[in-house]
Amino acid sequence: MAIYLRPASLKAALSTLAQASGKGRSAHPLTVLAGGTDIYPTRAGKQAWLESFPRDFLDITQIPQLRGIRRDGRAILIGAATTWTDIVAARLPPAFDALKQAALQIGGLQIQNRGTLGGNIVNASPAADGVPPLLALDAEVDIASVRGERSVPLASFIRGNRQTGLARDELVVAIRLPGHRASSRSLFLKLGARSHLVISIVSVAMLLDQGADGTIADIRITVGAASAVPTRLAALEAELRGERLDASLIERVTPGLFSVLTPLDDVRASSHYRRAAARILVRRALANFMEPQVEEVAA
Amino acid sequence: MITEEFTGAVALTVNGRKVEVGARPDMRLSRLLREELGLTGTKVGCDAGDCGACTVLIDEEQACACLVSAAQLEGRRVQTIEGLAEDPIGPALQRSFHHHGAAQCGICTPGMLMASLELLRRVEKVDRPMVETALGGVLCRCTGYLKICDAVLDAQNFLEPDDGLAGEDVSHIGDGGPSGFKSTALSQDLAAEMASAVGARVARLDGLSKLDGSEIYGADQAPEGALWLRAIRSPHWRAGFVIGDLGAFVSNEPGIFRVLTAVDVPGENSFGIFPDTKDQPVFAEGETRYRGEAVAAIIGERAAIDAFDVRRFPIRWEPLEPVLGIEAALSPNAHKVHVSRPDNVLVRGWVEKGDIDTAFRDCAHMAEGVFSTRFVEHAYIEPEAGFARRVGDRVEVFASTQAPYMSRDEVARVLGLEPGDVRIIPSACGGGFGGKLDVSLQPMLAIAAWQMGVPVRSVYTRPESMASTTKRHPSAISASAACDAQGRITAYAMEGDFDTGAYASWGPTVAGRVPVHGAGPYRVPNVLNRARAIYSNGPIAGAFRGFGVPQAAIAHEALYDELAEKCGLDRLEFRLLNALRIADETATGQVLQASAGLDRCLEALRPHWKRMLDEARTLNEKSAVTRRGAGIACMWYGIGNTALSNPSRMRIALTREGKLLFFNGAVDIGQGSTTVLTQIAADALGLPVSAFTIVAGDTDKTADAGKSSASRQTFVSGKAAENAALALRAEILRHTNAGPGARFSLQGSALTVEGKSESSVIDLSSSPSGADGIVFEGVGDFDPPTEPLDVKGQGVPYATYGFAAQIVALDVDMSLGTVRLERFVAAHDVGRAINPTLVEGQIHGGIAQGIGLALMEEYVPGRTENLHDYLIPSFGDVPAIEIILIEAPEPLGPFGAKGVGEPALVPAAPAILSGIRHATGVSIRDIPALPHRVRAALEAAGVATEI
Ligand SMILES: Cc1cc2nc3c(=O)[nH]c(=O)nc-3n(C[C@H](O)[C@H](O)[C@H](O)COP(=O)(O)OP(=O)(O)OC[C@H]3O[C@@H](n4cnc5c(N)ncnc54)[C@H](O)[C@@H]3O)c2cc1C
Ligand code: FES
Ligand code: FES
Repeated sequence: MAIYLRPASLKAALSTLAQASGKGRSAHPLTVLAGGTDIYPTRAGKQAWLESFPRDFLDITQIPQLRGIRRDGRAILIGAATTWTDIVAARLPPAFDALKQAALQIGGLQIQNRGTLGGNIVNASPAADGVPPLLALDAEVDIASVRGERSVPLASFIRGNRQTGLARDELVVAIRLPGHRASSRSLFLKLGARSHLVISIVSVAMLLDQGADGTIADIRITVGAASAVPTRLAALEAELRGERLDASLIERVTPGLFSVLTPLDDVRASSHYRRAAARILVRRALANFMEPQVEEVAA
Repeated sequence: MITEEFTGAVALTVNGRKVEVGARPDMRLSRLLREELGLTGTKVGCDAGDCGACTVLIDEEQACACLVSAAQLEGRRVQTIEGLAEDPIGPALQRSFHHHGAAQCGICTPGMLMASLELLRRVEKVDRPMVETALGGVLCRCTGYLKICDAVLDAQNFLEPDDGLAGEDVSHIGDGGPSGFKSTALSQDLAAEMASAVGARVARLDGLSKLDGSEIYGADQAPEGALWLRAIRSPHWRAGFVIGDLGAFVSNEPGIFRVLTAVDVPGENSFGIFPDTKDQPVFAEGETRYRGEAVAAIIGERAAIDAFDVRRFPIRWEPLEPVLGIEAALSPNAHKVHVSRPDNVLVRGWVEKGDIDTAFRDCAHMAEGVFSTRFVEHAYIEPEAGFARRVGDRVEVFASTQAPYMSRDEVARVLGLEPGDVRIIPSACGGGFGGKLDVSLQPMLAIAAWQMGVPVRSVYTRPESMASTTKRHPSAISASAACDAQGRITAYAMEGDFDTGAYASWGPTVAGRVPVHGAGPYRVPNVLNRARAIYSNGPIAGAFRGFGVPQAAIAHEALYDELAEKCGLDRLEFRLLNALRIADETATGQVLQASAGLDRCLEALRPHWKRMLDEARTLNEKSAVTRRGAGIACMWYGIGNTALSNPSRMRIALTREGKLLFFNGAVDIGQGSTTVLTQIAADALGLPVSAFTIVAGDTDKTADAGKSSASRQTFVSGKAAENAALALRAEILRHTNAGPGARFSLQGSALTVEGKSESSVIDLSSSPSGADGIVFEGVGDFDPPTEPLDVKGQGVPYATYGFAAQIVALDVDMSLGTVRLERFVAAHDVGRAINPTLVEGQIHGGIAQGIGLALMEEYVPGRTENLHDYLIPSFGDVPAIEIILIEAPEPLGPFGAKGVGEPALVPAAPAILSGIRHATGVSIRDIPALPHRVRAALEAAGVATEI
């Protein structure tokens, strides 16, 4: 008989996980279930070939404190079970525009309504669209277990293609975004082979803060789907930081600055193409920030 | 375990009704609705969130029912298609969908409607982008989305019932399965009531049940207590295998009652399309030849089958070196996939005319090239499903099929029965496109039901459907074309190899069709076209809209573009100069007698073409990164089987009760044949469409109408329907001695026959009738006249041809290699558009599939076996399409009509490739033109931009 637990509190969830992943008699690995938009498709793939799949679930969608967005001092906390639709609907500073743009391009509305940010990062697909914007925001992952709480940078939390540093008894509780200057803007560009419901061939998130003098005070650039893990382009960021934001910068985005990427050759694209596309998307993102800003009309 | 374990019962509200269901907590909502609550209107196309067919509303929000666990529904409100009509906007949406012809096969329709409902509740005034975003999570393989979008935009205008579904009801006797007749009230547009049904935009007669969830597809019905069947399939490309002790296995698996393998096949363990190519086993023997091939089937209770882990199945695999791809299969020491074909060449096709050597030597210009295409998946949204049961010494199979009579014969063969002892009841077909011509699960189900004496059902999973059923043939074509200085085509030569995979399927048809069509719809005096179907250990390639002609058209259209350029002619003018016209001779030496409207198609496109070229010129002056291109392509397509008899029989009868029964064995796979054939019959007989009651395809009740393929149903079965109606009319006239122009009307059982001077009333209820209550009947046959091809491929392979030309405007991103389609203009010579709405629907859907072929679709076994990784066009990938219908009447066809199903697809891909070349100067010959391939070609030509 399959086990399906749906606790209403974080505490209950954590103690359940602790027991389930312990060594004792009641040990029984549980799969954490949030929106199910990765878990059920994986199950379908297994069922097709009559392979076994996890049937024992800890469903976290009933735990109120896991869903929603709130402030914690200067930081913003996004609960792990917050859906993409929640993110789109939330009032967030412009630094979060990239995250919103990513949310709007994840699957169709059906997926956005149920898929969660926590599920996206724990699933740790190289093409996870939530990850590049979060990396550009210097996200940290708040993790809890009965052993205590810890917070790790997202960049080290995701260790590889579908690998994270999460222990069996741990839950991701929230994504923590440290404070950002109100002047920071951000952008997400996704490249796919059709217009809806498409996994990224390459994606780019860029966060940019322009000083009063027109120079780039801060810039963060992340490329998704072009390495086992979405990757910050530190060398390129360093190249651009402190420079004036004008057309001449485009030429400074040179292939050498992308050497950290290790893109795959697969059915979606060649490795060579992914490198080129990453470069082009970064250039376009930069160019986008150079366009005269349209004043937002206050509602 | 501790605390809060789910109790197994969930309380939720479904369509306003509170329900409590005991279900496994991790059960998908889609299954809970369909199997626990009997609400089968919610469809399952993938179980993976990819197709959106299962879209329902949970607390007013769209969700994929296949991704939501039962437990998560506690206290939630769920709304499904069955509850759509309760919302004021629901019926308006249904009426608008009906009016616009937005449902073809209808399998995506519940999902589309629920997504539309969510949008229209949220937003009052909607526009196209909003519709695209809101419906973007639902895939449709039939319609090309355009009519769906129109229907949603227009729904507000259908709030009043009178606007849409007015008119009399037409009753329709479909089949609710073997349980008996199911009657559905149907309505139609007023237009049908007017003098002529032919040419009217009659809404589909089988349309309403597609809009309220009541249509019964393969997975929607099975007898009480049916057991479930799952196939055990090879995970290897090619493997030897040894099956262990099955007796011990079954006794150790509670809930699994039987395993079937090759030894359990009572008749021949082989099937296939042609009498001499029955090379595919129901269950492999000794060696599997492709990934996904069945070696056995387990049959048992649902729960046991669900929980079964294949590692417990007693089988030892020995993977063997596979032969993959055409080149490998043709290499001299390649493994022989079948001993009967030592060189792996299944069959050769050949058309030779004139003297190409001289023509190429003497030509003014020449173009040549090598083209390749990949496996393409049909991706109908309904995976194969059905059930079988034994009734005495007969077997009944209810399943989704395009070819009930072929299914019947295949099932009879594997059971060792006479065809008459097998009854095939086609379910509603949730998309076919050629992929449901071959049998899939029917033989397995029939064997199980026959052997076990209980009903047995099965539903393929999406990956199983993709891995085990047929594909479009990958092709490798090398071709050359030549013309004189004035641009007249003088020669065409092609050699095409088509990878038919592990079994023959429709490989011979492809090899036969391609050489006939290979030089395109032009006057070409010297032709040498050769095609081969090659065995490999790839997936089985079979029939897919066009039978190889789309691949061949990619080659000839690219070469003709080059020739046009070389002789300084506009691409459209070049085609117009060479277009096949009446009295011209085709590559097979056939002289076209009538209905060759390509020149008219091209002339009609000319102003649109000029505009597209002008726009491209203007736009390209300003932009280097985004380049506008205009593309053009033509096609022709022989309607019906190639140089083979392919008859159809229709029967129409009047009963004592005044019922006008139309026994129609043509399967409506969404293309609309039921409606079109009734329109034809109505006008030929002289009674309105609304007078007809349709008895749909069931091999026990209807005569063989042949298969729904080769674009033949309108032409062939349409003519048979016309003949049946005329025969019935003649019988009535004979009875009354009325003149040929008499008018009929039918009121209850009173049939009034109004002659020039006098009129008489026949009281059918008191007329002599047969035991079946039939007073008058007419039977009609048609078999299009063809002549066999001689050794050089000369002859009359088809009685008539469809012609078309399409143009497209598109933008190429010179950095990323992506292609954005701006608009299509499609001119099609259909002979006569019996129902313009349905014709448009076919053209939209065909173009959508052509877009997939050109730009994104590439089936890689083991890698793109689902709709997540295998991309078909989504909402927003199909641009505006303007349609110009040209009617060059075909005297042989009913009211002049020919077919359009396949012609719609053929020119779309070559037109796009022509547009890419116009925009960039680069010709893409390795299809699909995925962004990375386009960019690679741009880089190689030194024209890629970097911003
Ligand atoms: C049709 C379709 C389209 C999609 N398109 C995109 C796309 O464009 N871009 C994209 O990035 N993704 C896409 N996805 C993938 C998926 O929707 C997202 O990754 C989503 O965010 C996953 O969230 P979830 O809550 O549904 O995860 P679930 O399926 O519930 O869980 C995913 C994994 O995370 C674990 N998990 C979830 N929450 C926690 C937690 N709090 N603590 C610990 N472990 C946890 C689960 O155990 C599981 O291993 C698509 C999926 C589908 C079906
Ligand atoms: S069945 Fe749910 S999305 Fe396909
Ligand atoms: S009508 Fe949409 S899939 Fe057939």
